Amino acid sequence: MNIIDRRLNPKSKSLGNRQRFVRRAKADIREAVKDALKKRKVSEVEGSEKISIRSKSVREPSFSHSRDSGTRDMVLPGNKDYKVGDLIPKPQGGGGGGGGGQASADGEGQDDFVFTLSKDEFLDLFFEDLKLPNLIKTRIRDLKSPVPQRAGYTSDGPPAKLNRVRTMRRSLARRIALKRPKDTDILLLERALAEAETDVPRDESRIAELRARLDKLLRLRRTIAYVDPIDLQYNRTERVPRPATQAVMFCLMDASASMTEPLKDLAKRFFMLLHLFLSRHYREVDVVFVRHTSTASEVDEETFFRGVETGGTVISTALDEMDRIVRDRYSPEDWNIYAAQASDGDNIPDDMGRCLDLVENSLLPVCQYFAYIEVSEQIGFGDTIVWDGYKEIAERNKHFAMRRVTSPAEIFPVFHELFSAAAGA
Amino acid sequence: MSMTDIPQIGPKPAIKAAKPLFDGPEWNFDLIRDVYDAIAEIGIGEMGLDIYRNQIEVITAEQMLDAYSSIGMPVMYRHWSFGKRFAHDEMYYRKGARSLAFEIVINSDPCINYIMEENSMTMQCLVLAHAAMGHNHFFKNNYLFKQWTQADAILEYLAFAKKFVSDCEERFGVPAVEAVIDAAHALMNQGVSRNAAPRRRFDPAKAREREIRRREYEVEIYNELWRTLPQSKPEAKAEEVVIDPSPPIVPEENLLYFLEKHSPKLAGWKREILRIVRVLSTYFYPQRQTKVMNEGCATFVHYEIMNRLYEKGLVTDGSMLEFMHMHSAVVYQPAFSDRGFSGFNPYALGFAMMRDIKRICLEPTDEDRQWFPDIAGNGEPMETLKDAWANFRDESFIHQFLSPKVIRDFRLFHIRNKSEDHAVRVEAIHDEMGYRDVRRLLARQYDVSQQDPDIQVTDADLSGSRRLVLTHFVRDGILLDKDECDRTLMHVARLWGFRVRLVEVDTMTGAKLREHETLPLP
Repeated sequence: MNIIDRRLNPKSKSLGNRQRFVRRAKADIREAVKDALKKRKVSEVEGSEKISIRSKSVREPSFSHSRDSGTRDMVLPGNKDYKVGDLIPKPQGGGGGGGGGQASADGEGQDDFVFTLSKDEFLDLFFEDLKLPNLIKTRIRDLKSPVPQRAGYTSDGPPAKLNRVRTMRRSLARRIALKRPKDTDILLLERALAEAETDVPRDESRIAELRARLDKLLRLRRTIAYVDPIDLQYNRTERVPRPATQAVMFCLMDASASMTEPLKDLAKRFFMLLHLFLSRHYREVDVVFVRHTSTASEVDEETFFRGVETGGTVISTALDEMDRIVRDRYSPEDWNIYAAQASDGDNIPDDMGRCLDLVENSLLPVCQYFAYIEVSEQIGFGDTIVWDGYKEIAERNKHFAMRRVTSPAEIFPVFHELFSAAAGA
Repeated sequence: MSMTDIPQIGPKPAIKAAKPLFDGPEWNFDLIRDVYDAIAEIGIGEMGLDIYRNQIEVITAEQMLDAYSSIGMPVMYRHWSFGKRFAHDEMYYRKGARSLAFEIVINSDPCINYIMEENSMTMQCLVLAHAAMGHNHFFKNNYLFKQWTQADAILEYLAFAKKFVSDCEERFGVPAVEAVIDAAHALMNQGVSRNAAPRRRFDPAKAREREIRRREYEVEIYNELWRTLPQSKPEAKAEEVVIDPSPPIVPEENLLYFLEKHSPKLAGWKREILRIVRVLSTYFYPQRQTKVMNEGCATFVHYEIMNRLYEKGLVTDGSMLEFMHMHSAVVYQPAFSDRGFSGFNPYALGFAMMRDIKRICLEPTDEDRQWFPDIAGNGEPMETLKDAWANFRDESFIHQFLSPKVIRDFRLFHIRNKSEDHAVRVEAIHDEMGYRDVRRLLARQYDVSQQDPDIQVTDADLSGSRRLVLTHFVRDGILLDKDECDRTLMHVARLWGFRVRLVEVDTMTGAKLREHETLPLP
């Protein structure tokens, strides 16, 4: 008898199987993830998720008996007081008597398959296909993400990279150097030989000489290959580090009294998603949080999402603040600048002119993309004062986008629209 | 020694001969070794069990989950369905809704026993008696296992299968390989030649050699560059066509075998994958047929051994109580009307029947003498049981040994469920009139070939339309589940490459009941 301690063996032996499974069920899981999002609280976005999929792609069919045809006999344990001939009404919507002893664990639960996705798997699916639009301005600062670049030739490589011109050039040179006979030489000799053989006074010595020369040429042609492995030339590529792009995202949120708790929650959800998305996909992205009432201030993440503050509404203060920060810290030369603004569409009427001026003349020229989210509890009372104002800007500027959100369920679709890979392109 | 002096659980033996082997829940490797020796002394020395060498491997709960998902085998090729099973099991385990098995034992030589580190020492003791003695003896001696499996070769073969599949994935891409395995898995239950003894006992060493030689040759003649040349010679497709030239013999019940040998346009590596799945299916076929006996044997053995250990004073009272608690949970059979009912508990039924055989051998009643004249009162329970373990499967075992007493104890009754009626009718109960009926039907319930649909290849037109015809021989009017059937047929069509038709024919009347037909997707 042998005892072996296997506890220290590598774990997650079935990781490969799991990845295959998740890939297989991807479409269904993505649907489930979207559903799950509607039910989640802001604070829970970043966590693992129990996913229930009703999936065709992960079914494993086999030939099996149907449950609703034919006659079946069954022996069951635990008879109470049934006598021969008793009739037991069938339970509604199920096979009689709880199924036979053969019912396999796999046979059940085909309709809904429940399992848990890890945080990473969840977020990967969640943010698939999203990106920041117009990420173009680049300065060499951090050298990262290498790209392949041509770098001469090599004698070895995959067939796809075979350089035919170079290869044939070397082949030709070698053939000339080694005096590989040309086809025409051989043809001519063969012809001469044929003539010599048919000549009436047969010149045997000439025939023998021609034949020897022909044999030699044929031998040479056999031994010296037309294309030899040493001729092969492949294109070589080298991986060259490419400068990474840098970007900053401004999150501007209205925190005034008119923003009720549900509205703030909506806005926060949106920014939460944005923040998660950025921190996950772009290591080089700075995020600046600006919160405003009748005054605006840059705050940290914690205060932005959890802080409570109320007051009047002057939107231009936030825009001013952003403008100031851009000038101070994020030179438009070096940075890709993005902004996302959320408000309930309320503003002091006097302030609108200044707002529009700031957005259109100061901010939009330096921004790659500016997204405005208007949160409201219902749609239908006509346009708000901010929406009205921004509408014209949106018509004139392609990189200004605006959307309305009325319920948590709309957050993800709207987010997806604003940042889908095609959006700003 | 005879088994007569193994006590029932009852009054504590007056004299304890030895010092208990362990006290408390903690275990360590030395302790396991000591306990194993004590168990082996009883199992092999006293009960006369005949076992493979044991290899005991201690694993964590997570590793147990891993093992679960790959049908209990320590080595397995990769496939998403195992990942699915893992995800499912893991969630239930984390929720606490389901506990893990205490052990997994593999029918191999040496016999591998996985035991979990979370088990208490009493549990380890129980598990060793159960798996390393009980299951092991059954694997080595039962005729089905002897006939269908090769314990010394399975792990090696699985290692080969795993490597082969992953090589294929590298060469042909994961999706292509996955599609073939999907299809093969769908036909797994139709991958056994039930009615014939295994045609050729597969020789894994030879199979591997053949495959290696084939591959070596391919590698030898292979040059990446040739791939880029325009293909003008038909030989380039040689791999595509390696069909058995002899005309297929129909009917053929082993669909996987048939497709592997006769499918008109299946690449060689796909045939090899079908073969792998077929070998697996054959390997598990005895296990499907001996659930009750296998678990019954192991449970009976652990029960006897634990009692003997207790009697010898090698385990403490506390351990014995812990054991009794576990044991009674394992052999609990809920009644059909209980919420937890999900069919028969093979541990309960097997254990009860084997205890009953022991009783019949030692203390028969008049009823037993009438029902089992050849074993009643023969005084040799171990010999009788060993004979049963060696020469029966669930179906024949129940047919032969289910006694009126067990029928009464389990309060078994027979119902008939006709799909067109609104009620099921009680046909027999546990009384004089009903014993034989109940016994016959319970035996049939455990006949795997009765439980699986009987589907056979009945026609294959290889020279003309290349249509494949399968026939489902319908028993008792039970048709196939249409949805599942159509999906499975898609898989068959993918492997066959041409039109496939499935006809459902009533076995008794020969009437055609239903037809399914499908074409492979381009």
